[in-house]
Amino acid sequence: MVAAIKEFCLGLHSLATGLAVTLEQFFRRPVTVHYPWEVLELPARYRGHIVLVRDEQTGRLRCIACKMCERICPSDCIVVEGAKLPGESRKSVTEFKLDFTKCSLCGLCVEVCPVDALAFSKRYNLASTRKADYESMDLCELAKAGDAK
Amino acid sequence: MSPGHPTDSSVSAAAPRETFVLNVGPQHPATHGVLRLKLTMDGEYVLHAEPVIGYAHRMHEKMGENRTYVQFLPNPSRIDYLSAMHYMHAYVCVVERALGIEVPPRAEYIRVITSELNRIASHLVWFGAFLLDLGAFTPLLYAFDDREKILDLLEAVTGSRLTYCYYRFGGLCNDVDEQFIEGTRAFVKHMRGRLGMYHKLVTENLILRKRLEGIGVISAELCRKYGATGPVLRGSGVPCDVRKLEPYSVYPEFEFDVPHFAEGDCMARYKVRMEEIAQSLRIIEQAIAKLPPGPVMAEKVPRVIKPPPGDYYFAVEAARGRFAIRLVSDGTEVPYRLKLRTPSFSNLALFGEAARGLLMQDALALLGSLDLVIPDVDR
Ligand code: SF4
Ligand code: SF4
Repeated sequence: MVAAIKEFCLGLHSLATGLAVTLEQFFRRPVTVHYPWEVLELPARYRGHIVLVRDEQTGRLRCIACKMCERICPSDCIVVEGAKLPGESRKSVTEFKLDFTKCSLCGLCVEVCPVDALAFSKRYNLASTRKADYESMDLCELAKAGDAK
Repeated sequence: MSPGHPTDSSVSAAAPRETFVLNVGPQHPATHGVLRLKLTMDGEYVLHAEPVIGYAHRMHEKMGENRTYVQFLPNPSRIDYLSAMHYMHAYVCVVERALGIEVPPRAEYIRVITSELNRIASHLVWFGAFLLDLGAFTPLLYAFDDREKILDLLEAVTGSRLTYCYYRFGGLCNDVDEQFIEGTRAFVKHMRGRLGMYHKLVTENLILRKRLEGIGVISAELCRKYGATGPVLRGSGVPCDVRKLEPYSVYPEFEFDVPHFAEGDCMARYKVRMEEIAQSLRIIEQAIAKLPPGPVMAEKVPRVIKPPPGDYYFAVEAARGRFAIRLVSDGTEVPYRLKLRTPSFSNLALFGEAARGLLMQDALALLGSLDLVIPDVDR
């Protein structure tokens, strides 16, 4: 009998503390962010899908089509083709296809690039009803579209 | 109905006790992933439990054999996605051991800080999910609020929230900034207060104690039999922690205890993990105070990783227990064999024996207290 009363009191006590903690929370500011009305700022190092970077001085894509990224990618999602423009010793990129459906966003390609021609984008609202949209993303086209904006 | 079939209900009541098979999963709110439990039940009691695994098998070991050392870097953090830093730690360290690379102290300190942050985040997920299994919804929201703070900190330095891929052979891919140090310091302070609140709200709660105390007792002998490690083993009274027994990285430089409780019940495992959060905070605090300046990448890392032929082994204390990698190199650019010893697999293995004779809801409490990550079991 005594034990039962004791237990009852203990139960009441834990109930009261639980409610007190909840009540305290009730008067705090909400911790949730009301996306999409509020959007958090992404950190500078955020790893989105990769994009080609332009040289600031010449305005051309930095990539020299050395295929290092193509070789290091663990998921085989990069295809690069390049050609030498007349009168130049270095190659220029003519085609850069990314299979984003397979990319694991590991960043190895960005790290390996000898001329820093790759960067992470901050795009994350990526959705489509067609697989083809992301199976073969043309990064050269994307770079052009980015410039147009 | 076929003739002669007994239709009278009194007949079945007199019949020998009937058992039935209950399937829990592969998709079930109490299994945290695609685990299937085949439970032979006698009414509410579990007579026999058989975990069926393999639904999330992704061939990580085999993948290790068909790609270069660098190309395997994204994989370890995807084996146990809640414990990504620890798994990366084991992988980069086994390769560093094979190559004989010295890692600069600053890099090791940052590895310890990020690993311990990751351990807290992992325990917080377990805390929320475990209580959800027991029927308490609110603590999950508090736990995820705190975990979010850790994820924000780690995202700012690594660029991703879960599969960090932050360590490299010989160091780290980039240094931490002052903002991270400040944020971590503030988090340690914040988390201490929150721990007190958790104890008040949850640990001392009568209902929780009734659900956990004396339930699902696992003996140290049973742990030994199945190779269980981590909080499960420490909840059975064995102070076994890889960080103390086979010190790696800069752990010997820090003061921390290995919490262990002899009861072996669900409550003991609960208390071990909660106490571990406090210990991790202690380690982080010391590591930040002592963080040396300097480079975060060793100088002599070969561009092409080709460890000399041999057999290498490295174990770390992950959030769920001992994670170890055995690497066999034949001197080429691709590992010959990459054996992964994952803690969840061994911890799950003892479930069949430990759950025998338990009530259904106690068996689920036991399952939750093992803190399983199914991709870690299947790998
Ligand atoms: S590694 Fe850099 S330069 Fe070479 S192909 Fe890739 S993006 Fe171009
Ligand atoms: S981020 Fe990783 S997976 Fe994605 S394209 Fe680059 S190397 Fe390949």
